[in-house]
Amino acid sequence: MNSAYAVTAVALVALATVLVGAFGLRISRTTSDFYVASRTVGPRLNAAAISGEYLSAASFLGIAGLVLVQGPDMLWYPVGYTAGYLVLLLFVAAPLRRSGAYTLPDFAEARLASHVVRRLAGALVVGVGWLYLLPQLQGAGLTLTVLTGSPDWLGAVIVAVVVTVIVAAGGMRSITFVQAFQYWLKLTALLVPALFLVLAWQSDGAPSHAFDEPAAFREQRVVTIDDSLHLRLDRPLTVTVDGTVDGRAYDGAEVGLPAGTHRIDGGTRLTFAEGAEVPAAGRGGDDALSPSRAESREERPLYATYGLILATFFGTMGLPHVVVRFYTSPHGVAARRTTVAVLGLIGAFYLLPPVYGALGRLYAPELTLTGDADAAVLLLPGRMIGGVGGDLLGALVAGGAFAAFLSTASGLTMAVAGVLTQDVLPSRGVRHFRLGTVLAMAVPLGASVLVGGLPVADAVGLAFAVSASSFCPLLVLGIWWRRLTPPGAAAGMLVGGGSAFLAVAATMAGYPGAGPWHALLAWPALWSVPLGFLTMILVSLATPGRVPPGTAAVLARFHLPEELRTEVSA
Amino acid sequence: MPQDPTERRVVVTGPPRRTRRTSGYYRPRTEIDEQTTLGHTYVRSLMRIQLRTGLVVFAVLALLIGPLPLVFAAAPDARRLEWAVLGFGLYPPLVLLARWYVRRAERNERDFVRLVEDR
Repeated sequence: MNSAYAVTAVALVALATVLVGAFGLRISRTTSDFYVASRTVGPRLNAAAISGEYLSAASFLGIAGLVLVQGPDMLWYPVGYTAGYLVLLLFVAAPLRRSGAYTLPDFAEARLASHVVRRLAGALVVGVGWLYLLPQLQGAGLTLTVLTGSPDWLGAVIVAVVVTVIVAAGGMRSITFVQAFQYWLKLTALLVPALFLVLAWQSDGAPSHAFDEPAAFREQRVVTIDDSLHLRLDRPLTVTVDGTVDGRAYDGAEVGLPAGTHRIDGGTRLTFAEGAEVPAAGRGGDDALSPSRAESREERPLYATYGLILATFFGTMGLPHVVVRFYTSPHGVAARRTTVAVLGLIGAFYLLPPVYGALGRLYAPELTLTGDADAAVLLLPGRMIGGVGGDLLGALVAGGAFAAFLSTASGLTMAVAGVLTQDVLPSRGVRHFRLGTVLAMAVPLGASVLVGGLPVADAVGLAFAVSASSFCPLLVLGIWWRRLTPPGAAAGMLVGGGSAFLAVAATMAGYPGAGPWHALLAWPALWSVPLGFLTMILVSLATPGRVPPGTAAVLARFHLPEELRTEVSA
Repeated sequence: MPQDPTERRVVVTGPPRRTRRTSGYYRPRTEIDEQTTLGHTYVRSLMRIQLRTGLVVFAVLALLIGPLPLVFAAAPDARRLEWAVLGFGLYPPLVLLARWYVRRAERNERDFVRLVEDR
């Protein structure tokens, strides 16, 4: 791929983002402008902004990559991301807006009048926000590496700097414009190349075996393995090897590998014949990430699918950058209508990644082996169309991918910075908000440069699971159940969110390597969400004396239509 | 819970209405504003009907989505069906469910406003 086009596209997106942000800056004056755009964002603009913010690297690159590697089961991710908004609409959207709070900790305090719960919610917001920021930064690094061969950290640093400047300068008002702009940019960047790719696929005779398992090579293909990995073969495979397999060195010899697991060393070149099946790959055993989620899926596919559904359906409502957006609607009815528009917008967007995933299975199946499956969306235009046209379309996709990193990262930074400013730093002025912004971005940037290597899908899944088992019970019970008490809320968030976090952390650290326990830990939502709800309910029932005295009035404010309000509350 | 607002009004506004349109205040609104037990009953009734609306739509969603993984697991050969349903087929029902819910929820609120403003 010609990197000059791609670099130009990425630079243009960054520049346009700063310019649109500056436009917002001119009308961003007060503290209220900063945090919630003075609550004057209409449904259309707000819906585009919410969608722009929500469609992250995981959506833009990750889904196509996952579908490429693991097949149509992975399409549950976009379905879950979308349905999560429906659940949010049903139980949370309008009352959350009417609660009149700025952030999730504000909501917790308004509902439960407890500083402890507020602190806890704040800590969870920062934790989930940082967890979600990490894959955005790493995705940016991967994209720039694939496009230009630049070092891993460069993309992350670019995104971090642009986002910090925009958020610190303009706050929520400028972010709203930036993200509405980026939704349309992202849709265009996937839609236009997809049309050309489908045309190319048509003129290629519309081969359709991508829909059948497993993926196969359409022509002879040389695959270079960068990092050592383990190949799992269901049936014997004949392949030409130039390098080291199972500890034996070959020099361009044709090798018949029996079924089973084989270790391929880094730097090995494998030449697959036409029609050969694409084998499944796990990362090398000495990598810290050994039992990848792909493997645990094989053991418990049904359990894993339901775990995924539950985490995404209930996790969406607790994502800090999603929730904070609802405060910018002018009233509860607008918040609901906004959510419907969001469902339409992200639903339209999610029609596209499966196209890339399916075409990737046809035209770039070797990406499953090299571990760069996330790059499928970026590589396909060059692979299928080629020439200047392919380069230009590739550049468009690259620009869209950067828009994805920028918009999600700025929304998350905004949410985390809001919490840091209000709950950690001493005063609430705009200057402290800017300091909070730098802090909010510095930590995940440092982590992504230092730690690296956390798989994008895993980190995103972890954020969803933690949010589904801590914030979802807090929001749903807080809005609908009058007997919720501060101790109950605190215990529920700690037990639900904490256990989900520990479970996934344990899986990533490689603890119990296989078997049903592993599946239970790798996909915690199925038990941790009910656990969070149950703890919250039981502890609340056990402490009936601690129901906050103003509960009835607070709930009335959550649910009464605005026209019945006597006083406008802050 | 009766859907008909007139029927509900008869049940809960038992005390006679003394304050006729004097200062733009009507009795049920005053009850709500002053947070009396009766006012709380009003709010509670609104919450209950809104929650029920949400749960009904959620139940439809669960019935729509819940069996799908089982179906796909039971018919491993129906790969094309899985691609079609998950890739394209589920989004229109999700949007339609959302629109249906919003219409219902807004109607509930309109009815409630009419009830307490005594129109």
